Amino acid sequence: MDRSRRDLTWIFTFVILVAFAVPWFLWGTGTVIAGLPVWLWWHIGWLGLCSVVFYLFTRTAWNRGMGLDPGRQENGDRR
Amino acid sequence: MSATLELGIVIAYLVVAFAIGVVAYRVAGSGAEDYYLAGRSIGTVVLLFTTFATLLSAFTFFGGPNLAYAAGPEWILVMGVMDGIIFAILWYVIGYKQWLIGRKHGYMTLGEMFGDRFGSPGLRALVAGVSLLWLFPYVMLQQMGAGEAIVGLTGGTIPYWSGAALITAFMIGYVVIAGMRGVAWTDTVQGLFMLSITWIAVGWVLSAIGGLSTATTAMVEANPEFAALGGGVYTPQFIISSAVTIAFGVTMFPQINQRFFVADSERVLKRSFALWPVLVLLLFVPAFLLGSWAAGLPIDVPEGANVLPVLLTEYTPVWFAALVVAGAMAAMMSSSDSMLLSGSSYFTRDLYRPFIRPDATARREAWVARLGVTAFATLAFLASLTRPGTLIEVGDTAFSGFALLTPVALVALYWDGATRTGMVASIVIPQAIYLAHVLLESVPIPFTNARRTLPLTYAGWDVALGLMVLAGALAVGVSLVTDHVPDEDVSRFSVTAD
Repeated sequence: MDRSRRDLTWIFTFVILVAFAVPWFLWGTGTVIAGLPVWLWWHIGWLGLCSVVFYLFTRTAWNRGMGLDPGRQENGDRR
Repeated sequence: MSATLELGIVIAYLVVAFAIGVVAYRVAGSGAEDYYLAGRSIGTVVLLFTTFATLLSAFTFFGGPNLAYAAGPEWILVMGVMDGIIFAILWYVIGYKQWLIGRKHGYMTLGEMFGDRFGSPGLRALVAGVSLLWLFPYVMLQQMGAGEAIVGLTGGTIPYWSGAALITAFMIGYVVIAGMRGVAWTDTVQGLFMLSITWIAVGWVLSAIGGLSTATTAMVEANPEFAALGGGVYTPQFIISSAVTIAFGVTMFPQINQRFFVADSERVLKRSFALWPVLVLLLFVPAFLLGSWAAGLPIDVPEGANVLPVLLTEYTPVWFAALVVAGAMAAMMSSSDSMLLSGSSYFTRDLYRPFIRPDATARREAWVARLGVTAFATLAFLASLTRPGTLIEVGDTAFSGFALLTPVALVALYWDGATRTGMVASIVIPQAIYLAHVLLESVPIPFTNARRTLPLTYAGWDVALGLMVLAGALAVGVSLVTDHVPDEDVSRFSVTAD
């Protein structure tokens, strides 16, 4: 994939992550599973997924997104 | 007697937190960069928890459970999407960019960064002034939360004003003595403490009432609409408006925004970014569930008290309830310290030095900062005695005021075409309209019985959301029809040209 297409893929991914953190398709549903409303389980799983996706983002596109060379040395990094 | 014990635990905890700050201050350097930014040398755990603890305010600890108690657990979703996801993305989009720029040019405040790029001390002062304006209700919110917490914990034996006064005294003492390094370290200790104790509280309450399913069943029996997603105050408009305005507002809070300059390395920022949603989840789910479950339990929440302390005094030992309240108050204290500290740097660096005393010595500047903090916190305390709204309402007003700056910052950070006139217009106009909505809300028209009221929502949508769009549109639109002035330096915000 070329650069702009990869950037668009990330933007699209972030939009999806924001949009479905609230399970709109379960609106009005009051089913309780294992002691919690089903929509709350969805939210818990979704935020877990967000952490994984964010981690992948930091590994692959973090600097490219700022227009920096992705392979550049991390300046001032003491760790 | 019991009120004495409870108050004793609260005060003892605050004193310990205070001591940690003082020790950190002793190991700190003495320059302004160290006082405000801890020498730009904050690592992952401390950055994560200091940002986290700054969000651990009365809004989260007492306002959130109160709302969940009254309206249902959907507040978890609002705060989750706002804090866990939208704020995390802004952490990268605005935070990382500011870190790159700040490290290159040594900026310490948002106003300084704007003023330098657009060659305008006036713009710098405007950004600082608007920020200080909205910081005021947020500091007030902490004092209100502390007052209400003490009322809830002691069943009203100790009055509201004394809780608010107690936290005010600690806030002032703390900021006057320690700087960012002190604040960052107590934040870390308190963040870890609050996270653990919230889960212990959940375990304790659940085992007292018979488990997770029993708690939820009782909640649903008392309030059948609590289990279903949506309903009552939770309309889609409310969920989206709250999540967006709070997330964008938080990004421009002085104490959060200044955190964007303090990371030791970009690795610290990356790790914090990826861990953020999980950390948010770990705190909000138990805290707000406690509030929602309380709705199904036979407890009596007195008028003007917070539900969480009442619930804990009923189902856990007195010392534990006091410890949770102490922890929450200490967390609020450190949030307030961060706010006052960042506020004081906005005041001295962006207003006092450029406009009042350019030749002020560092010593004089430090004293002005301390006097400013004392005056600001005292005025906020006096205003908190009037209790102008619920914790959520007061918090929302502050968040929305800050949120109007975020679209302007995004345009400035990512578009070379932004002009000084564009920036000024897109800050002043939306702020003026929003202030009119907030302040005129309850002003009676002279000689009539009518009250002049501008609604805070239109068809369920927060007016601030529309004004954010307006701010972004003005930033672009006015910049397109005006030219750069000679003092502007577009290259200041470039992160590629070395």
